[in-house]
Amino acid sequence: MGYELTQQEMKAYFKTLTKQYRLVGPIREKAKGSFSDTDKIVYGVFEDIEDLVLEEKAFYSPKEFLMPIRETLFHFIDGQIVEPKIDTKPILIFARPCDLNGIRRLDTIFLKNGDIKDAYYERRRQLVKYVMIECREGFDTCFCVSMGSNTYTDYEAAIRFEGDHSLLEVVDSTLVTQDLSRVRKTDFVPEYIKENKVKVEIPPTDKVNKSLFEHPLWKEYTRRCIACGRCNTSCITCSCFTMQDVEVSDDGLLDERRRVWASCHIKGYTDMAGGHGFRKQNGERMRFKTMHKINDYHKRFGEHMCVGCGRCDDVCPEYISFSKCINKLSEIIKEESHE
Amino acid sequence: MNNPYMPRPYTLIATQKETEIDSTFVFEAKDRFVGGQFMQVSLPGVGEAPISISDFDADTLTMTIRKVGRVTDRLFAMKPGETLYMRGPYGNGFKQAWFKDKDMVVIAGGTGLAPVKNTIDTFISNQAAIKGLQIIVGFKSPKDVLFKDMLHKWQEQVPIILTVDQGDDTWPYKVGLIPSHIKDLDLSDVENKTVILVGPPMMMKFTTLELLRLGFAEENIWVSFERKMSCGIGKCGHCKIDETYVCLEGPVFNYTKAKTLLD
Repeated sequence: MGYELTQQEMKAYFKTLTKQYRLVGPIREKAKGSFSDTDKIVYGVFEDIEDLVLEEKAFYSPKEFLMPIRETLFHFIDGQIVEPKIDTKPILIFARPCDLNGIRRLDTIFLKNGDIKDAYYERRRQLVKYVMIECREGFDTCFCVSMGSNTYTDYEAAIRFEGDHSLLEVVDSTLVTQDLSRVRKTDFVPEYIKENKVKVEIPPTDKVNKSLFEHPLWKEYTRRCIACGRCNTSCITCSCFTMQDVEVSDDGLLDERRRVWASCHIKGYTDMAGGHGFRKQNGERMRFKTMHKINDYHKRFGEHMCVGCGRCDDVCPEYISFSKCINKLSEIIKEESHE
Repeated sequence: MNNPYMPRPYTLIATQKETEIDSTFVFEAKDRFVGGQFMQVSLPGVGEAPISISDFDADTLTMTIRKVGRVTDRLFAMKPGETLYMRGPYGNGFKQAWFKDKDMVVIAGGTGLAPVKNTIDTFISNQAAIKGLQIIVGFKSPKDVLFKDMLHKWQEQVPIILTVDQGDDTWPYKVGLIPSHIKDLDLSDVENKTVILVGPPMMMKFTTLELLRLGFAEENIWVSFERKMSCGIGKCGHCKIDETYVCLEGPVFNYTKAKTLLD
């Protein structure tokens, strides 16, 4: 069902929903930007729909509401193993199609890779519903159309923000509150972006062979990448983590096991006890990530991992562009197959 | 919550010092295992580490472990009667069905002997199930030799080449790297022999090259991988190589697959 809401009606509707849901969306963190007096747009909990920031892309993705940066798996209390409780109030995440497609990739890894489901992910996932933010223009670095992740239909509600009024489609009947009985009904079906400024050509997976691993292309990234891991932390689809045990009290009676986000670009990602590790060069790590995003994941699950949100390009302190890397790789493969 | 990360308590019933840095730990365990699988050994407040199962029976689980990191340091301080936590077993292991009626060669370097110990024992105690068995075991030096008593028992029953990279005056067996001894095996009908190969990355690389040079077939070589793992169940990403997760599809791979796995 579609609705047309004035700004006041919109505020009232979402105000009502806050009784049942934590609203999560892109919001402004004042003076938290990378430079002096700049803000940072992040995913966070908000109360007032007017706090949503739509004119800029969020620096981070919404993934931390499904897999927190640091998640305690167990408290070890004097010989007892305790699973921590979480806030069970349901969450309504406001996100664009790229991120919603990205969350589907997270679902795949945590719930469908191997026979065993990740219970910590699942218990958070079950609390979440999605309001799709209609995205008809995107931003400078986006390439969702090339990745086929510009559209998404599995949302509970969709919304178009248009100046003094907004259009809302509600699919999930539990999101229809009394507030909506008083507003004007309309036929609203969200539209999707049809063309980005940035386009990528993904090399066909059957054309990607191991000889590319040795290509000088990757050496460029050994020179440029500083292995900070920002591309991984900002990525909606990066889901790696490392276990971390911590002694909480000096007497040894309180300990904690956590998992923390891991990054395949950061030193130590593959290091085993005894010191042996793989991919020492930063360029090799770039190759590993690139292959995962646009080749390996597809071979395993039938769709590409990268959703083209472009955040890795936005956040890289060395101005490395992932979309350019994909296109370079594509060119190399084309040249080689013509030879 | 059906929590796959929940570790379970296991009681340590015996320890056996193998070398200055390796010891064998025997735990009470009723689980079902396959040789070559691994457990996530889990010490609250210290950490978790994937460790291969070296032996098991209906009531026990045995692991031979090198003291190289935070978790194993703490493990070495444990005494029989104490409890530690584990979860698993994970991975495919060396499935006996793969080796039925095969003419076997098992090649193990250093601690790589631990994950194949149970498999070798099974071959020896049930020789009717396989066509033949030869073993090459190599260590850095005489003081690094694992399972000395067991090796002597094996020697009485099957041909074993026991070698060290560097010997001393008292060392009665072979000296030299493992690849240099492969040509000394009985290589009759070599293309139909089946190999299990486990050891450090460099040893595996050069041993494989030598095996192929001598006429062994790629599809008859089985190797076991070691990678960093945080979960063991295909989530944490650390052990991923290409589209393969070592914890899920491995750690044992046929060489036709293993040769395509580039980190």
